[in-house]
Amino acid sequence: MGSNQTVQGRLNQPGASSHKNRNRILTAVTLVIFVVFLFLADQGIILDSYGVRIIRLCGVYTIAALSMTLINGLTGQFSLGQAGFMAIGAYTTSLLIIPPEVKEQMYYVTPIQGWVRDMQAPFLAAILIGGLLAALIAFLIGFPVLRLRGDYLAIATLGFSEIIRVIITNVGSVTNSSIGIKSIPDTANIWWTTIAAALCITLVYRLMKTSYGRAFKSIRDDEVAAEAMGISLFKHKMLSFVISGFLAGLSGGLLASVVGVINPLYFRFTLAYEILLIVVLGGQGSITGTLVSACLITAGKEWLRFLDSGFSIGPITIPEISGLRMLVFSALLMVVILFYRRGLFGSNEFSWDGLFRLIQRTGARCKRLIRRGEKGGAAK
Amino acid sequence: MRILETKHTTMRFGGVTAVEDLNLYVDQGEIVAIIGPNGAGKTTTFNMMTGVYAPTEGQIMLAKKDGNLEDITGVRPDLIAKRGVARTFQNIRLFSELTALENVLTAQHLHVKSNFATAMLGLPQYKKEERAFRKRAMELLEIVGLADQADSMATSLPYGQQRRLEIARALATDPRLLLLDEPAAGMNPQETQELTTFVSQIHEQFGLTILMIEHHMQIVMDISHRIYVLDFGKTIAHGTPDEIKNNERVIDAYLGVAEDAEG
Repeated sequence: MGSNQTVQGRLNQPGASSHKNRNRILTAVTLVIFVVFLFLADQGIILDSYGVRIIRLCGVYTIAALSMTLINGLTGQFSLGQAGFMAIGAYTTSLLIIPPEVKEQMYYVTPIQGWVRDMQAPFLAAILIGGLLAALIAFLIGFPVLRLRGDYLAIATLGFSEIIRVIITNVGSVTNSSIGIKSIPDTANIWWTTIAAALCITLVYRLMKTSYGRAFKSIRDDEVAAEAMGISLFKHKMLSFVISGFLAGLSGGLLASVVGVINPLYFRFTLAYEILLIVVLGGQGSITGTLVSACLITAGKEWLRFLDSGFSIGPITIPEISGLRMLVFSALLMVVILFYRRGLFGSNEFSWDGLFRLIQRTGARCKRLIRRGEKGGAAK
Repeated sequence: MRILETKHTTMRFGGVTAVEDLNLYVDQGEIVAIIGPNGAGKTTTFNMMTGVYAPTEGQIMLAKKDGNLEDITGVRPDLIAKRGVARTFQNIRLFSELTALENVLTAQHLHVKSNFATAMLGLPQYKKEERAFRKRAMELLEIVGLADQADSMATSLPYGQQRRLEIARALATDPRLLLLDEPAAGMNPQETQELTTFVSQIHEQFGLTILMIEHHMQIVMDISHRIYVLDFGKTIAHGTPDEIKNNERVIDAYLGVAEDAEG
């Protein structure tokens, strides 16, 4: 009887927190502040258009990084094909939202195909179609590549991603080859990107709470054991890979609309590395870590731009060195990786309780340091 | 009733024959042990039965629900698990980044009836399933004495508890046949004694058939109905515990001096 009660108790409150109400209020307040901030930014009151663009990119990169977190961090399949899927999403969306007349003018080397010129869709439909097409390609690529493991999978996905890019470069009548596509309507404003990012986070978060999500994690932790427990490895890897492809395609579509100009070079493997960087820094397997790190890296890279244009620290004047920004950025990253080997969040998720514990711990550590300092002073 | 049978099963890795001409059977409700020195091919036998390896020669037959034997040679591990064979591993293989409860829940994924969309949308059908899974998982943790550790990370548990969690996880797949690969490895005499009681208890409670690999002669002799002895891949003896204890070849190859086995 007694044991039955403990079972019931656990069922009702999995991981019950004593601060439930406080946490709810904090979440609500944070959300309200965030929405007000977005509103003010959108109106141009607190940020200029450059700042707004960075926030928009944060949303886009969050989705792209989530796509990689899902397949790499949560399912344990080292896939580097994100750039290719993003390219598919970006091109599909762009071609669906640019007016036919504009498209016709743009294709001056190879004339545009009739159906490409005439296809049109509203923005929401366009990004979804872009995502779905990327998911379809992921499904097809998945059959051969998901039989591979570890580094081999990474190489194969990277290879397919390059193949996609090469195809895009070579079908000029559809993609305008290496000239790329410009005048992409600027539809993806701060609301589009932020809401899309929020929805995608919710999607992945929910997914990981279901039995399917647990199956993904079990494959990451131990394939042999997962298979012995009746989990079909291929089916679940494929599911994760296709959803990951969809998210990458979606982020590609939004990216195209934010940057306005795309060409095949934009989607080289360096883009995949950039996203991988976000995932590693945030902590493989942490959804909130991905969000935080996507924003940090996107904003950080822009903020460090002042380094490239020359500046002076007191009497020392640093001349204009282009690329200094990336040097400093890399050094900062190395510092982070040295001190947080598993990324900022590891495989944990953000929680208010966790934040308060961190503050308490840091506070206690500071107190200890101060006390030690006082003692040291007294000894002198 | 026969539940598992291997017919002239041989497994070769290049030039090495790990298991040779194995003819083993397990009947419904039995506890059968496989013993033998290191490298005798015991774990390879398990790996063939669970589909990790496809045998080089011979067949492996598993009883279907209706009792007829079905050839499962070369069938994928997850499909064999779905047919009612669960196992534990010699070197514990828990899902390290999941809690004890999640480990058990994961093993119930093969019972999920809701499709992916139903689960994502959190429709009542899935919610009901998830509730039932959680209830069952907690019951299993209760049985192995880990209910109060449900939210602990699997790898933070002490060694003995990890072993028991692995058994709980295997039970969560609802097996008819449970394969235990050295369940008492690294345990002290008292823990071994507890494990012996525990294995007989789940054997009765779940109406299980158990096939186990074990080095602790005490547990093997105490609870198994029949014993197979392997040495260098060959089956050198087969019989009841008493027959095995007094078998010359077994004593030579494995048990050593007879007094050791008695003690």
